[in-house]
Amino acid sequence: MSENGPMIYARGLVKRFGDLVAVDGIDLDVQRGEAFGFLGPNGAGKSSTMRMIGCVSPISGGTLRILGLDPTADGPAIRGRLGVVPQQDTLDTELTVRENVLIYGRYFGLSRRELRPRIDELLDFVQLTERAGDKVEPLSGGMKRRLTIARSLINDPDLLLLDEPTTGLDPQARHVVWDRLFRLKQRGKTFVVTTHYMDEAEQLCDRLVVMDNGKIVAEGSPSQLIQRYSTREVVEIRFDDERPRNGVFEDLADRVEELPDRVLLYTRDGDATAIAVAERGLPTHSTLVRRSTLEDVFLHLTGRTLVD
Amino acid sequence: MESILQPLRAYEHWLAQYKRVWRGTIGTSLVNPILYLTALGVGLGTLVDRTQNAPGGVPYLEFVAPGLLAAAAMQTAVTESSWPVTAAIKWSRVYHAMIATPLTERDAFVGHQLFVVTRVLTGAAAYLSIIAAFGAVSSWLGLLVVPVAVLIGTAFSMPMAAFAAIIEDERALVTVFRFLVVPMFLFSGTFFPVSQLPLVFELAAYVTPIWHGVELCRMLTLGDVEPAAALGHVVYLLAWTLVGFELARRAYRKRLLG
Repeated sequence: MSENGPMIYARGLVKRFGDLVAVDGIDLDVQRGEAFGFLGPNGAGKSSTMRMIGCVSPISGGTLRILGLDPTADGPAIRGRLGVVPQQDTLDTELTVRENVLIYGRYFGLSRRELRPRIDELLDFVQLTERAGDKVEPLSGGMKRRLTIARSLINDPDLLLLDEPTTGLDPQARHVVWDRLFRLKQRGKTFVVTTHYMDEAEQLCDRLVVMDNGKIVAEGSPSQLIQRYSTREVVEIRFDDERPRNGVFEDLADRVEELPDRVLLYTRDGDATAIAVAERGLPTHSTLVRRSTLEDVFLHLTGRTLVD
Repeated sequence: MESILQPLRAYEHWLAQYKRVWRGTIGTSLVNPILYLTALGVGLGTLVDRTQNAPGGVPYLEFVAPGLLAAAAMQTAVTESSWPVTAAIKWSRVYHAMIATPLTERDAFVGHQLFVVTRVLTGAAAYLSIIAAFGAVSSWLGLLVVPVAVLIGTAFSMPMAAFAAIIEDERALVTVFRFLVVPMFLFSGTFFPVSQLPLVFELAAYVTPIWHGVELCRMLTLGDVEPAAALGHVVYLLAWTLVGFELARRAYRKRLLG
């Protein structure tokens, strides 16, 4: 496969742990320069897929090519061209910020001389220059994530793998991380990100797949997915004590979802639907008109049942 | 070429970490031998020597010193290959960082063991100089206890690393220290000949790698080497090392590549 081939190519990719099938025959093509996302609930098989792509988990079946190479035969060569931001931090908290990046760079066989300016540049990029000499242990979660991102860029990777990069961060910290990732995207870096945050997927991904139970259940750009699996707008209605009987809204929207605390009306024109609801004279507590989001797509596709 | 260099890169991580604490460990590797040799070799030794019945027919200080050195090599090796290994898999997860790069799980393992060997080697060299300062080395062959200490170290650190890598519950490590390491320290010929033990325990002592290590070190510092026996000890320690290496390699693979 030439350099122009897909960065990631998978056909019928399978990962089994004993009897459990974590990844159940997925097909993937990620092209150079793409920001690709795996969206799915916990246990959907996102991380298992990422670990196979990262060449730290042997495949159980199917075909997988990363950068045109076979992970089974060329794991170290592939990993030398990847940048990995794992779900759980793997920083050495006893070492300083700078030492963490330096030692990691040494794993790639880079000399201390060539690492020095790169580390300066990367710490600047993730806004950690002032903490360069500090131990990692007392840093905030957001800083540790940024350090992990800086570390993952030390080998100037062709492909960046980010497994839930902002899980557990507060909103400010998430936005800083997104901002840095967005800049990488603008520089043309190819990256693959897993997330269960819809806003993250919408912000960062050109294209994404929704995984559920080890399978890909939908694929497209965020707007395509919304178009295909949801409507343009959603009207959310909450009621006081008394709730109208089921089915009373069926004729007002393309699709109606009745939840314990509210009713969701999926419609092309939210305002018109809201007016129509008001005209019925039902005892509503509040009515909210909003744009449809990936979250609607996601819940539609993977259901509202709690998985873990 | 790459495959030789890769473990050295993992080794660099442990050196970087060690740089933060080395002063403390240097203190320990010099002070501990002085304390032990003074208390046991000089203090207790004076009493033992008065009985005219000293083990091996040599001053007790000369008898016990190589045993202490061998036991220290064992202690360092099992300590460095226990919690640090479990931590690198489960807590700090530094092995996971390594294998996300061109390094393999085998490089991560070998690099760590190189560090364990470094610690054992420097510890043994320090111990030997102190023993020499106490005047308890009677032969130039005594210099060979440093490589022998390394072999004792690997005979323990390899299987220990395998165990530390594979366990789910780290409390098992405490059990190993309490029920294996401490008895080996006390009853494997370090302080008195194992022939004084009840037969069952005497036989058990022969199975432990530490008895072979102690015997070997003692032959060397006393300058009284029985070639056949020495070779047997070396082979036995080597066997533990090699079997341990293979077990650890499998354990690392199982734990790190899921």
